[in-house]
Amino acid sequence: MMIKEKVEELANLIKKISKKDLNLMEFCGTHTHEIFRYGIRQLLPNNIHLLSGPGCPVCVTSQKDIDYLITLVENEDFGVITFGDLVNVPGSKGSLNKLRLKGKEVRVVYSPLESIKIAKENKNKKYILVGIGFETTAPNIAYTILKTKEEKIKNLFFLSFHKLTPPAMKAILDMGEIRVDGIIGPGHVSTIIGRKGWQGVFNEYKIPFVIMGFKPIEIMYGLYKLIELLEKNEKKLLNAYDISVSEEGNKKALELLNQVFIIKDAEWRGLGLLKNSGLKINDKYKDLDIESYYNLKIESKEIPGCKCGEVLRGILKPPECPLFGKACTPDNPVGPCMVSQEGACSAYYLYGSENE
Amino acid sequence: MSEEIVLYHGNGGEGTKKLINEILNNLDNDILRELGDSAILNLKDKLAFTTDSYVIFPQFFNGGDIGKLSIYGTVNDLSVCGAKPIFLSLSFIIEEGFLFEDFKKILLSIKEASNECDVKIVTGDTKVVEKGKGDKIFINTSGIGIIENENRNLTKRKVEKGDLIIINGGIGEHGVVVMLERLGIKVDEKIKSDLAPLNKLILPLLDNFNGVKFLRDPTRGGVATVLNEVSKKFNFEIEIWEDELPIKSWVKEASNILGIDPLYIANEGKVIIIASKDQGEDILKFLKSNSLGKESKIIGEVKNEGNRVFLKTEIGTRRIVDTLKKDILPRIC
Repeated sequence: MMIKEKVEELANLIKKISKKDLNLMEFCGTHTHEIFRYGIRQLLPNNIHLLSGPGCPVCVTSQKDIDYLITLVENEDFGVITFGDLVNVPGSKGSLNKLRLKGKEVRVVYSPLESIKIAKENKNKKYILVGIGFETTAPNIAYTILKTKEEKIKNLFFLSFHKLTPPAMKAILDMGEIRVDGIIGPGHVSTIIGRKGWQGVFNEYKIPFVIMGFKPIEIMYGLYKLIELLEKNEKKLLNAYDISVSEEGNKKALELLNQVFIIKDAEWRGLGLLKNSGLKINDKYKDLDIESYYNLKIESKEIPGCKCGEVLRGILKPPECPLFGKACTPDNPVGPCMVSQEGACSAYYLYGSENE
Repeated sequence: MSEEIVLYHGNGGEGTKKLINEILNNLDNDILRELGDSAILNLKDKLAFTTDSYVIFPQFFNGGDIGKLSIYGTVNDLSVCGAKPIFLSLSFIIEEGFLFEDFKKILLSIKEASNECDVKIVTGDTKVVEKGKGDKIFINTSGIGIIENENRNLTKRKVEKGDLIIINGGIGEHGVVVMLERLGIKVDEKIKSDLAPLNKLILPLLDNFNGVKFLRDPTRGGVATVLNEVSKKFNFEIEIWEDELPIKSWVKEASNILGIDPLYIANEGKVIIIASKDQGEDILKFLKSNSLGKESKIIGEVKNEGNRVFLKTEIGTRRIVDTLKKDILPRIC
């Protein structure tokens, strides 16, 4: 059977069983993006509402953290190495890209290990590698930190904005601003933390939860399983992405995280300070942690008019923000949700109206 | 140590002569040989005139180099206007420290490319700038072509509802290769830029089919950007079909990892053809019989009045394909 027919079959199955009005929230930016890119909403009955949650790492990074980085780069003699989207995220006083135009060295890499190469090739210059992302990307940074230590590289430092997904999910559910009937479990994060990684949240809230992959067929199958649970009033935590996600997760990756990071409280855009939700570099690797050298006092203001926080909590759809598509567009973004490919505002803007 | 090009080579005297001789060794012809301040040309007919600068990094990549690119790129800009490329100018801006050997390689490549396209380099320039004021080598070429007959004159043709959108092969190959090379990822032989001259595909196409309405090469900004331009220019909605898009699996995989959409990635040997529905199948057959069109596909059609481009996805849904809103990669050509 062709993909199209399989997807149609799943869409029909969903239509057949779906009676309740349901809010299903995705906690992964890649799901947000793929759901838009494939126009998945067009295949669902009107009583199924997909909400985008705080699943975009660049978007949930607090204004204070962004400003810390930008202030540091502006005032000290460091080159910055980072991943694509962060470069364009507006801080209170401009983005990294603006600093690049002023002559600061800002490099975009695809693999964190490139930073070691850069540091070795430019021994007279000091660099900061900015680690950003959830459980998925943190192991790569952890490995790079280990390597940097092992190879005794003295001009490469790290700034960890890494965050953990389950605390954010808990925060949304605790806030209770929006009714979440079912959870679209993030496939990539689950690959690292395993199905087991969600057991705590599930036991506490008993909201039906299905871990899903990212291909249209995987998303549709996952949605079908989730809607089926909800229609049957079954409270379960299911793994519908077992081609990639195991019960225990990726032990090697989890070990790397344990070796290098320590869990601490972290500030999230839109959600505030969340207990035990961030990964900071532990004492053993303190000499590589830029924050152990620079304890800057940052007074940050949220960007006026930007509703990223509300979008990240699922209480506002991007087009409901007064700046959306007017003052805020992908080529001139006001907030991070319009910058990142995984941001809900960017997805709404780019793939737009057919999906609303 | 290998010889480097230095400021001396830009002095206008003996040093410059060395560069010019190297150029003449490769590109000599009756007009260029004169080395006058201008080339004197004899032309009648309707002319097309274009110019383009090439700043690609890296200068050598799988499937080509900046030299070939600077010839084919300008040849293609003329060809999509129905013009037969005849004369080219060729200017270099070279950063001090660029290896003479690499300069020679580029010249050789230009020689081969211009022979292949039957164009003459008739005038040119070389400048050398201080280290750090350029990046290795930049090339500018301008081109003159002649529109030999009315069959090749597209200016008055109008795109209409029902017209078909055709492309002569795989999408996104040049851009992906350049990105991978920049990341230092070693690629095998299969994975190469689609860089190719289109004059010998396009001109016979125009001679054989009066149903061709519009041609453009989807370079920077890719297929999506060209289609958006067409849609806005002629005021029609365009729909393309994901199932029919010729995208090689390595392009799909690499762009997935890089987080980019092949529809926005630069091509250097592709042409988007908009043609009347009744000639569509014959045009496709014609393209497929040419070595530069073997993987040609009809990828969409012109719909009702409007100004947007839509993609019918492989799962039967529809979404907007907007113009490129972000800078995905500078210096791709």
